[in-house]
Amino acid sequence: MAALTARHFLAASYPHLPKGLALSNEQNITPAQIAEHGLTTDEYKTILTVMGREPNLTELGIFSVMWSEHCSYKSSKFWLKTLPTEAPWVICGPGENAGVVDIGEGKAAIFKMESHNHPSFIEPYQGAATGVGGILRDVFTMGARPIANMNALRFGAPEDAKTRHLVSGVVAGVGGYGNCVGVPTVGGEVNFDPAYNGNILVNAMTVGLADADKIFYSAAAGIGNPVVYVGSKTGRDGIHGATMASTEFDDTTEDKRPTVQVGDPFTEKLLIEACLELMATDTIVAIQDMGAAGLTCSSVEMADKGGVGLDLDIDKVPQREDGMTPYEVMLSESQERMLIVLRPGTEAQAEAIFDKWQLDFAVVGKVSDTGRFTGRLGGEVVFDIPVRPLVEESPEYERPWVEAEAPAPLGSVTAPMGHMEALQALLGGADLSSRRWVWEQYDHTVMADTVRKPGGDAAIVRIHGSDRGLAIATDCTPRYCKAEPHVGGAQAVVEVWRNITAVGARPLAVTDCLNFGNPERPEIMGEFVGCIKGIGEACRALDFPIVSGNVSLYNETDGQAILPTPAIGGIGILDVLEAHADLALRREGDAFILIGATVGHLGQSIYLRQLLGRAEGPAPAVDLAVERRNGDFVRSLISTGRIDTCHDISDGGLLVAAAEMAMAGDIGLTLTGIDDAGFWFGEDQARYLLALPESEAAAVLSQAEDAGVPAQTIGITGGEALTLNDGTPISLSELRQKHEAWLPNYMQNA
Amino acid sequence: MKASVIVFPGSNCDRDVQVALAAAIGGRTDNNDCVDMVWHGDSEMAKTDLIVLPGGFSYGDYLRSGAMSARSPIMREVVARAEQGVAVLGICNGFQVLTEAGLLPGALLPNAGLKFVCRDVQVRVENSQTPFTNAYEAGQTLRIPVAHHDGQYFVEADELSAMQERDQIAFRYCQDEKTGDSSRRANPNGSVDDIAGVFNKRKTVLGLMPHPERAADAIHGGTDGQALLSSLVSALA
Repeated sequence: MAALTARHFLAASYPHLPKGLALSNEQNITPAQIAEHGLTTDEYKTILTVMGREPNLTELGIFSVMWSEHCSYKSSKFWLKTLPTEAPWVICGPGENAGVVDIGEGKAAIFKMESHNHPSFIEPYQGAATGVGGILRDVFTMGARPIANMNALRFGAPEDAKTRHLVSGVVAGVGGYGNCVGVPTVGGEVNFDPAYNGNILVNAMTVGLADADKIFYSAAAGIGNPVVYVGSKTGRDGIHGATMASTEFDDTTEDKRPTVQVGDPFTEKLLIEACLELMATDTIVAIQDMGAAGLTCSSVEMADKGGVGLDLDIDKVPQREDGMTPYEVMLSESQERMLIVLRPGTEAQAEAIFDKWQLDFAVVGKVSDTGRFTGRLGGEVVFDIPVRPLVEESPEYERPWVEAEAPAPLGSVTAPMGHMEALQALLGGADLSSRRWVWEQYDHTVMADTVRKPGGDAAIVRIHGSDRGLAIATDCTPRYCKAEPHVGGAQAVVEVWRNITAVGARPLAVTDCLNFGNPERPEIMGEFVGCIKGIGEACRALDFPIVSGNVSLYNETDGQAILPTPAIGGIGILDVLEAHADLALRREGDAFILIGATVGHLGQSIYLRQLLGRAEGPAPAVDLAVERRNGDFVRSLISTGRIDTCHDISDGGLLVAAAEMAMAGDIGLTLTGIDDAGFWFGEDQARYLLALPESEAAAVLSQAEDAGVPAQTIGITGGEALTLNDGTPISLSELRQKHEAWLPNYMQNA
Repeated sequence: MKASVIVFPGSNCDRDVQVALAAAIGGRTDNNDCVDMVWHGDSEMAKTDLIVLPGGFSYGDYLRSGAMSARSPIMREVVARAEQGVAVLGICNGFQVLTEAGLLPGALLPNAGLKFVCRDVQVRVENSQTPFTNAYEAGQTLRIPVAHHDGQYFVEADELSAMQERDQIAFRYCQDEKTGDSSRRANPNGSVDDIAGVFNKRKTVLGLMPHPERAADAIHGGTDGQALLSSLVSALA
């Protein structure tokens, strides 16, 4: 599409938009305007059919955001329908603001992960901050108090000129918003790869806690019921954000800065408290936050879900500046706003609550029986669109796709250096170095329920006022997804499942955040389809349904796509909080046991990539039955209190995982195993490391044998160093120094 | 004993400190009768033995941390009670409010590193002869989390020496022998004289940046902050 900026667009369109633009105004929509709104000729023809006349510019704007990729999922919904979304414990799957899962004792967990990629590349602090704000609103809209934030961040190569600036801004933005609202950021991922040089990924996840019988939904109901607007005033920021998020970047990207929203976490905090206070009263029929496409999308979704119409009085919408046109009001993406349908007669009660929290409150319309979405300005109708077709006639594409070519088998690998030298290089490198510099900028202890801090396999937060806990993890290995999309999609799910298992929790459900390039290219669509198939199979095999999610396409700059990155966020329940495991070694003299089979798969490993500069070979195989068997075995050891020290093996392989356990516990480790890089650095799946008192090792090994789970003792804990096959020990303090140094040193040159 | 927690718009540790106080006073976390939550817009407050200003980002930290809250209606009452000798505890943002309200000397500037910092720090108890610290030994070291952007304590040199002479320094950041943190890292924000918390002259008002309520329960991984609350209970109950 033609390069368009909101600024250009609005400047060009003002002359056509007299205040109180009436439907009768003679006005011809030009082909250029259609293209500028990101609509195809065919899509415009459908609009003409739906409307039975030519739309005016405001109506065209409404169609354009509702039918953008971001809001309509037009390229992805055909495939999203194939994902498993049900289980007996799922209260609400995809389609609402967030997914809802029954966690027992009358409580529900509400969660979702969402992308804010395009804005964060343009304006990293505000892009990331408003990403956090948006996902928080999705969760508290449904009645939950947010209790934990997570994030998955992907940046370009460390050498790229923009990377430091983007890391610095995104991390400060995530922290700036989450810290102020007082929701702990308990974990996440940070990765670097040249494929993200022109399109970073900022995926944010929020988990909230609600009473299972007090969930709030978005379907408007009750003809004549008041429609209420609360929160911040509407300004001219973020107009066309959803459309921007649905196009590729090119050399005019910098001009898109005005389409990025500006966040105010203080207002969000007040909005959380006010909404939760209102939710404790019996006044709400339906509630929906204003996210992408603002007032338009929230109104249309509420009306469509309820099968009703909605009349808006644009004059009543609280506005930050004078002279805003209906077009601007309807398309603004100003932050920290909500739309609520109230029970009749409860307006005063509700208004008192928002007054107390010093937030705007305005009755802006009413639910109607017309089935139409109508807006008036000064009494004059300025848009009038049938709701059902606006939603249901939205385009759906089964885009052509080609299966990714199978990677050639990995050729021979010659170890470039000794294993201990390799370990130090890996732990002190961009991929596997400590992320402490990042998570120390996030308040991870506010709410006083954080049990396990960032840096472990899964974060653990206590369910407030109880002795139970939630485990939360996010993961994805994009280099596997690039090599073999199907395997990579499955691997992202099993790794999250394994992370949750490794702390002893029972995995419950997941949210997905699917980040890909331009779906109009068959090879990109092939990556998307492959990953979806893998995700679906893994979720089915592990009883790990998808309850919410988000798709972000067009992550490309000048034709260069990102790695396929289907980020997965999962939650699990710890029925007894005390019975959990941590990766830190706790005792000297513990037997150190490897669970799972090791074939030494080096294809697509970090070892191969970082030390040999080769991104080659197939991804490690994922066997879902084995994954489940090994994981169930490990979890039963933890939940019965027999194991308190456990770590899953992932990026970097066995030796990296072992070193992480030693560093975290400040207890040394003596390891024995075959002298082969594949054994120590291969990334075979379905593996865990355990440490337990020597006296109990034999019983665990024999129990593993009975369960058909491969298990072997590979070392013993103790001392202050890591030793491999009687080689020269390396002290933990030296190892830690290298592990901790990379990121702060890198950022110091920012 | 009755404690009162002031709730400003943007406070976000009010519930955390309520839970920890209820446990310290009543022995049960769900016994909230002993803790009143007091709205910032109120100008009166029931009889109370302890007033707590919790952490958070009151008024979004706009203008200056704590500056707007210090001028809220309830603060006139807090100042009046403090003058009568009622114990006042300010944690993190609450400490910032107390300096802005003139109940404590000095000011809290943005961290020397200009970044938000959240991690466990080690602090040394400098004066155990107060209602806030009687359950500690002088010289004892505690491990308690900090989480702040504006925690760099500053006071003019002559005022600082006067405070030192009057034993107004409550806690100082200090090196952890075990992790061997560098001294620059031991002091997380560049505070003058490594100060983590200060008293008023009468030792009836304490402000500190570390969060004792986040080190008050076994699940927090340490309970070194709990004794600050139990000190208050034994002194005031």
